[in-house]
Amino acid sequence: MSEAAIAVPALRSPSAEFWRRFRRKRVALASGGVLLALILAAIAAPWIAPYGPFVPDYDNVLAGPSWQHLCGTDTFGRDIFSRILWGGRISLTVGFVSVALGGVTGVVLGLISGFFGGWIDGLIMRLMDVLLAFPGILLAIGVVALLGPGIDNVIYAIAVFSVPVFARLVRGSTLGLKQTLYVQAARSIGVRPALLMLRHILPGTLPSVIVYCSLRVGTSILTAAALSFIGLGAPPPSPEWGAMLAEGRSYLGVADQITLFPGLAIFVTVLAFNLLGDGLRDALDQKLR
Amino acid sequence: MLDYLIRRLASTIPVLLAVAAFVFLFVHLLPGDPARLVAGPDASPQDIAAVRAEMGLDLPLPVQFLRYLGQTVQLELGRSIKTHQTVAELIGERFMPTLLLTVFAMLWATVAGVGLGVLSGVKRGQWQDQAAMVLAISGVSFPGFWLGLLLIDLFSVRLGWLPTGGYGTWESFVLPAFTLGTAVAAVMARFTRSAFVEITAEDYVRTARAKGVPERSVIWKHTLRNALIPVITLTGLQFGFLLGGAIVVETVFAWPGLGRLLVDSVAYRDYPVIQAEILLFSCEFVLINLIVDLLYAVVNPEIRLR
Repeated sequence: MSEAAIAVPALRSPSAEFWRRFRRKRVALASGGVLLALILAAIAAPWIAPYGPFVPDYDNVLAGPSWQHLCGTDTFGRDIFSRILWGGRISLTVGFVSVALGGVTGVVLGLISGFFGGWIDGLIMRLMDVLLAFPGILLAIGVVALLGPGIDNVIYAIAVFSVPVFARLVRGSTLGLKQTLYVQAARSIGVRPALLMLRHILPGTLPSVIVYCSLRVGTSILTAAALSFIGLGAPPPSPEWGAMLAEGRSYLGVADQITLFPGLAIFVTVLAFNLLGDGLRDALDQKLR
Repeated sequence: MLDYLIRRLASTIPVLLAVAAFVFLFVHLLPGDPARLVAGPDASPQDIAAVRAEMGLDLPLPVQFLRYLGQTVQLELGRSIKTHQTVAELIGERFMPTLLLTVFAMLWATVAGVGLGVLSGVKRGQWQDQAAMVLAISGVSFPGFWLGLLLIDLFSVRLGWLPTGGYGTWESFVLPAFTLGTAVAAVMARFTRSAFVEITAEDYVRTARAKGVPERSVIWKHTLRNALIPVITLTGLQFGFLLGGAIVVETVFAWPGLGRLLVDSVAYRDYPVIQAEILLFSCEFVLINLIVDLLYAVVNPEIRLR
């Protein structure tokens, strides 16, 4: 911390202070920019993609990158660049929806657990321990084995393994916030528990939840791609990035563009989420640097 | 210590039981009749009835669960629908390849990860730190299956130095173990660095420096030893991650291990095998965490007293 920051204490609101610090994180800002571009590109895929994601071109099979096909073509002559743009819709949807589902469930469970304590806390936390006892992707595979392969089921599968992480995180902050003076005061004038949790405790837990969301979306996209790669997620001919990689496996050394570009797309997206999450965390908590 | 050992063991048993209950209910959550699934698509009603009686599916659920527990303890895990081998046999064949793969991956990942983390911590803010951390965040974000494919492309297809897959010679271990360990090495490096930086800020480190203890000794004796305590916990958690990662990496390298078996079983809907594998993976994970917690208590006496 610089001398100046000590000399001018607490004149800014916490959120202004956060933005002041976050603005200085150039890598995180750039990652945010990259993510915004990726999201826009995915939304605009039907208009900006030069070809349809399933349109074959048998005269142009396994072509390398060129001006006609920026990332080359695959075994059916489909344009890989267009497929990556369309695939972004799948990967980003899976990432956001699964984290939203898992996050909301986890936050609610964490709030209840931390706020009420006692046997409710014990029950919820033991349940979370059991969920955590299944290594991440294994839980997802179990859910897919139950519900059958397919991208919708992958979303549920990944949501399930995000729940315990959020529940633990929020429970921890709730335990601390419950003891603060303003919560005690609100409680003493008879504010109902539901309102206490929603209006007074939940906002305090949000910063760390948001940081975790960013990191989890990256992990979720990676897991979804892995599930598709091993054949349990989006089935071919879906342009899901992991599924595209699986299709290109047999052409290693012959047509590397089929595996290279979708792999790069996954890597860049996940890296951007992780860097953004790191930047947010550092801006929220100076100690962790 | 004995007191802590007993308490920690006692708290593991309910988790193991709950895991077993989850896995047990798994078959009952499946759409359709489990007996019909096990008997196969061409089974006559008599066959299905026989299978139902054999599996005890007509008994009350709690009784079934107790039976399941008893059978599991005796390693009677049923037969594979696909190969008709006993599940215990099937898992026995696949166990060693996965164990060796994860152990090799863990070894290199720990050495490289802790090494990079310490380098970063010592050279904090300098180019070595930044380079190591760029490497680490990239490693965390890199899809393991893509890395595997890139390595096969380079070292097997183009250079012809290493096999593309399979299991046997030492060469066959190099690429899969490297691929599997990368993400773990990256996580370890990031974690070790932050643990190291945190300890550096402690009063006793400053005191050591102030009284003129040589820098080398401050790093090795005062900082590193204490920074490694939380790293032990992380190692345990990462082992679970490796078990999951093995599922994907074994698919890339056609590795005849448990992960590949699980993927094949899910594709074939071979439920007895899926059930046994999920149980095995989870119990391994729970036991590893138990061992880690005990180790942690050995190095950090404060934990035992809580």
